[in-house]
Amino acid sequence: MSTTLKSARPLFEGADWEFSTVQRCHDAIQEIAVGEMGLCVYPNQIEVIGTEQMLDAYSSIGMPLFYKHWSFGKHFARDEAMYRAGMQGLAYEIVINSNPCISYIMEENSATMQTLVIAHAAFGHNHFFKNNYLFKQWTDADGILDYLEFARDYVLQCEEKYGETAVETTLDAAHALMSHGVHRYPRARATNLRMEEKRERERRLHDEQVFNDLWRTLPGKAATRHDPTALERRRALLQLPAENILYFLEKSAPRLAPWQRELLRIVRQVAQYFYPQGQTKLMNEGCATFVHYKIMNRLHEKGLLTDGAMVEFLKSHTNVVFQPDFDDRRYSGINPYALGFAMMQDIERICIEPTAEDRQYFPDIAGTEDAMAVLRDIWANYRDESFILQYLSPRLIRQFGLFHVHDDGDAPSLKVRSIHDDTGYRDIKRTLARQYDVGWSTPDIQVVDVDLAGDRKLIVHHRVLNKILLNENDARMVLQHLADLWGYDVLMREIDATSDTVLKEHTISPRPGAFG
Amino acid sequence: MHIVDRRLNPGGKSLANRQRFIRRARATITKSVHEASGGRSIADSDSGGELVLPAQGVREPSFHRAASGGIRDYLLPGNKEYVVGDEIPRPDNGGGGNGPDASQDGAGDDEFRFALSRDEFVDLFLDDLELPDLAKRRVANVENVSYERAGYSISGSPTNLALMRTVRNSLSRRIALHRPKPEELEALRTEIETLPQGERRRALEEELARKQRRTMLIPYIDPLDVRYKRFNAVPKPVAQAVMFCLMDVSGSMTEHMKDLAKRFYILLYIFLKRRYKNVELVFIRHTHVASEVDEDTFFHSPETGGTVVSTALEEMRRVVLDRFDPSAWNIYAAQASDGDNTASDNERTAKLLVDTILPACQYFAYLEVGRDIEHFPPGFIRRNSDLWQTYEAVVKAGAPLAMRKVGHRRDIYPVFRDLFARKIGSEAAA
Repeated sequence: MSTTLKSARPLFEGADWEFSTVQRCHDAIQEIAVGEMGLCVYPNQIEVIGTEQMLDAYSSIGMPLFYKHWSFGKHFARDEAMYRAGMQGLAYEIVINSNPCISYIMEENSATMQTLVIAHAAFGHNHFFKNNYLFKQWTDADGILDYLEFARDYVLQCEEKYGETAVETTLDAAHALMSHGVHRYPRARATNLRMEEKRERERRLHDEQVFNDLWRTLPGKAATRHDPTALERRRALLQLPAENILYFLEKSAPRLAPWQRELLRIVRQVAQYFYPQGQTKLMNEGCATFVHYKIMNRLHEKGLLTDGAMVEFLKSHTNVVFQPDFDDRRYSGINPYALGFAMMQDIERICIEPTAEDRQYFPDIAGTEDAMAVLRDIWANYRDESFILQYLSPRLIRQFGLFHVHDDGDAPSLKVRSIHDDTGYRDIKRTLARQYDVGWSTPDIQVVDVDLAGDRKLIVHHRVLNKILLNENDARMVLQHLADLWGYDVLMREIDATSDTVLKEHTISPRPGAFG
Repeated sequence: MHIVDRRLNPGGKSLANRQRFIRRARATITKSVHEASGGRSIADSDSGGELVLPAQGVREPSFHRAASGGIRDYLLPGNKEYVVGDEIPRPDNGGGGNGPDASQDGAGDDEFRFALSRDEFVDLFLDDLELPDLAKRRVANVENVSYERAGYSISGSPTNLALMRTVRNSLSRRIALHRPKPEELEALRTEIETLPQGERRRALEEELARKQRRTMLIPYIDPLDVRYKRFNAVPKPVAQAVMFCLMDVSGSMTEHMKDLAKRFYILLYIFLKRRYKNVELVFIRHTHVASEVDEDTFFHSPETGGTVVSTALEEMRRVVLDRFDPSAWNIYAAQASDGDNTASDNERTAKLLVDTILPACQYFAYLEVGRDIEHFPPGFIRRNSDLWQTYEAVVKAGAPLAMRKVGHRRDIYPVFRDLFARKIGSEAAA
């Protein structure tokens, strides 16, 4: 494919770089990424930072500005100690899903690494952020920085008005519930007048179309109007059951002050903003790694990268996509870079040179030639779970040597369920996809009932999957926070999802004077 | 595309978070600081360093599943020999399958490791402590001044001439009075040279003469312009202190007792270091004779002999007279002993202490180190030692002497705090 003549001058030689180098690299990459690969990205903003600033960014989950809280100080202290002791290196880059897309690059990077980082973050991640449906649905790239600025100032004002301790207690509690402060499904948007009219019109039209006078002659049933019980009525009123606990507290907790509700809202918004990132880790990294690999190779083909730079890049690249085996000392789960990159490359291969097996498993894409179009479509419309379920090919399963081990807590030993053979592919695909499904990985906890007119005891259910209970110690601490926010007793039942039997109950009372 | 250089942005963005964290974890950190300080030598005991905290105090809980039990499925890479139906014995570590779940469940680490800066370390170490009132009064009386810049004055010594300010004044005066500039005169002169004799030339010559006269009348620098840097004399407390470590090293002092004494000295040293820029250390050890030694010899070199406490006090008096004039030095002394003293020496010791040592000192602490209390058989009541009785009499007579008993390592810090704790109402008195 690559018949381009070598251009006369590489972008840079040696490890040193300056701003003009970065600019040159960016332009050359943009030509390939947008021109040849058809990526669609937010405008880029590249910020050069030092070590301490990178540590700063680490501790505030990568965001350039954030409200103040001790837990960020804790993470900073730990990262700093690990870094100083040489136990942990720093990332080469951090990229923020905003418009313009901000990428931080480290000043210590060599020119090759800067090129790699720009290709990876400023084009790979950037394209994914802009096009993936989850990010489109859940995050507001245009407004996030403004919102964070508002959040920081608001928290600061609250600290001045109500004292640091009161703010800290509220934020602690909100952080503890952060994992259950997201809407997992898009809610029905509040209807406006025009929508309402349109719907009404359509309904009438439908009635007219299906009108049949015969129906009028049928004898009516005896009055079966359903009379909702008091329980159902009050649950409907509070929109229960609610899985977004922070949202529920913000709207319904009886004893919170308005500023506390606003703090809950801030934490909830931040959690929601990061919600898609947890569901697309594999795809996001796979996309970015695939993009940087493509781009670096093209740059080299065009003669814009020296051979030395290419070797440096390949060394770093192979480190990133290394997948240790399960019995390796270095094994710590499946490396999203490795699997993601391998899957993207595999899809490209299936598009261009499919085997008979591929044609059988992927009739839609096998042999379609335009691999980039297929990949762009996949990047836009899948998340990790559905992506694996759809596109993990038997060939990759063999290549990674994936196997499924089943662990029944009551059985004396673990059992191998399936391996990389014809009967096992489907099971392996399903099991792996499930590992990436947030529905399975975060416990299903919902607020089910509260009697606001009575004792106001909040009842929370955990639907226990596969008999795995909550970590009790942590759960009690979180429940304590929940009780403090709610202001009255909280009862949690852990209920087995298959048999509906109650496995465990915790009751927690609020600490007196925790708030207010 | 924009490239922004953020390296020059002010650092310490996370300082506020760090302070919040330290305040939050204060109790735990303080405890760790005291444990960490045990193993260091006196002189570098306040250099900050790495701390290990139990993670419990600063835990961030969340709802997550337990790490063991239930039905689990693992998908692992790198199969080599397994086929469907193979049984794998359960690994020992709590039912995790080949250990992949530990990281997935975020079970977290039990310890939390991070580094404290020197100032943070010492702050926590000496939280709530302050020098006794006695010392404060003495410090305030000391006649010692330093000079601080305080604006400008119109008179002063030539060495203090504020050149910039003077020239600035002169410039503004020259502008205000329209003193001709040298370039103007020069330009006029050249113009005159080029002109032929005549009306115009004469007019210019007059103008030149007028300007030259003006230049003469308005000086370049007038005495009015001159300014001098002004200094204010600020009385300053003596910023140096000397700390005397006195210790009985006779055979009856065990390693355990020496260790206790050392810990107390460390605390005192750090505390003084916090208040004074310059802290000297003097080590005096004694048996039946006393001598000044270096730190290493002081703690580690064994010595045999009887016990005559007054020799140490005598030696201290000699060193003070020799090198540390009480009007220029803040003198602190800490004496550690197991309480033995030759009976005939007690009276002499008390007299020496009251007459010469105490008046010269800011603070004198006597620390009686004993064996680990737990080693005594139950019901055993210890008789007060000779030295304790002697000093007790001195204290009863109203002398400013602090004395405590310490039997175990863990008592050192409480005793130290007790000696220096901020007394309620002392602020009002100050």
